[in-house]
Amino acid sequence: MPREPTFKNKPGAVILDIKVQVREAPGDCYIVDLSGEIDVYTSPKVKDAVGELIDRGVYHLVINLEKVRYIDSTGLGVLIGGLKRVREHGGSVNLVCTNPQIKKIFDITGLVKIFGIFDNEDAAMKALA
Amino acid sequence: MNPAIEPTTSNLVELRIPCRAEWVALARLAAAAVANRLKFSIEEIEDVKLAVAEACTAVIQHENHGEFIELTCETLPAALRIRVHDAGRHLPSSQDGASLGFDEARVAGLGVFLIRTLMDEVGYEVDPELGTDLRMVKRLAGNPG
Repeated sequence: MPREPTFKNKPGAVILDIKVQVREAPGDCYIVDLSGEIDVYTSPKVKDAVGELIDRGVYHLVINLEKVRYIDSTGLGVLIGGLKRVREHGGSVNLVCTNPQIKKIFDITGLVKIFGIFDNEDAAMKALA
Repeated sequence: MNPAIEPTTSNLVELRIPCRAEWVALARLAAAAVANRLKFSIEEIEDVKLAVAEACTAVIQHENHGEFIELTCETLPAALRIRVHDAGRHLPSSQDGASLGFDEARVAGLGVFLIRTLMDEVGYEVDPELGTDLRMVKRLAGNPG
């Protein structure tokens, strides 16, 4: 088993990981809280969490990126994949994001046009309806 | 304190990582650390970080990649020059994604699109003997090159 680099819990270390938490919200909606960095190494964890919800028949999602410090194209790919799947069932994915660098990535890739991007969770939830 | 490097000198920083996903974070942080020594803004440093990560990710996601990725960052008086090299022979996804479905091709091409958007100069070179080079340059604001 190859040993993976561990950065966690070391003094001065940068945590290079993603934390995924799923919460149920009113109205057949779930909130996915992401925290950390979404890249080629961590995005499968996000993909699994979102995929598991969709497999269970959850088609209205709010993905909260407030605590995400970094996202790359693999992370965007996971979000696009999730959106594509829920739309097949008449669902939607709204994002919560205020980080200017992350918003910039959605902006330059044109993904602002396909995702609802909101400054807070309440607004993202209301817009799902 | 993180003093800026002497602007008139050239400095070369090299990093060699295994061609695996868990090491991409190290490459992007190293590139960001070098960019931080020039007078780039935080936003520009983030651009460099993302471009390097996308370059490494493109290598890893390609079937025909080498065993290692070599990252070279060269600080110039008014720019940062970056080379991402591996021994494999491949083109970026946007150029070889014709066989993919529309959505998949678009997602696969996002990384290359981001690199081209965020950096001032981008070029690929595939050598049948030596492998693939992605070269990119980020210039300091006010230095159109």
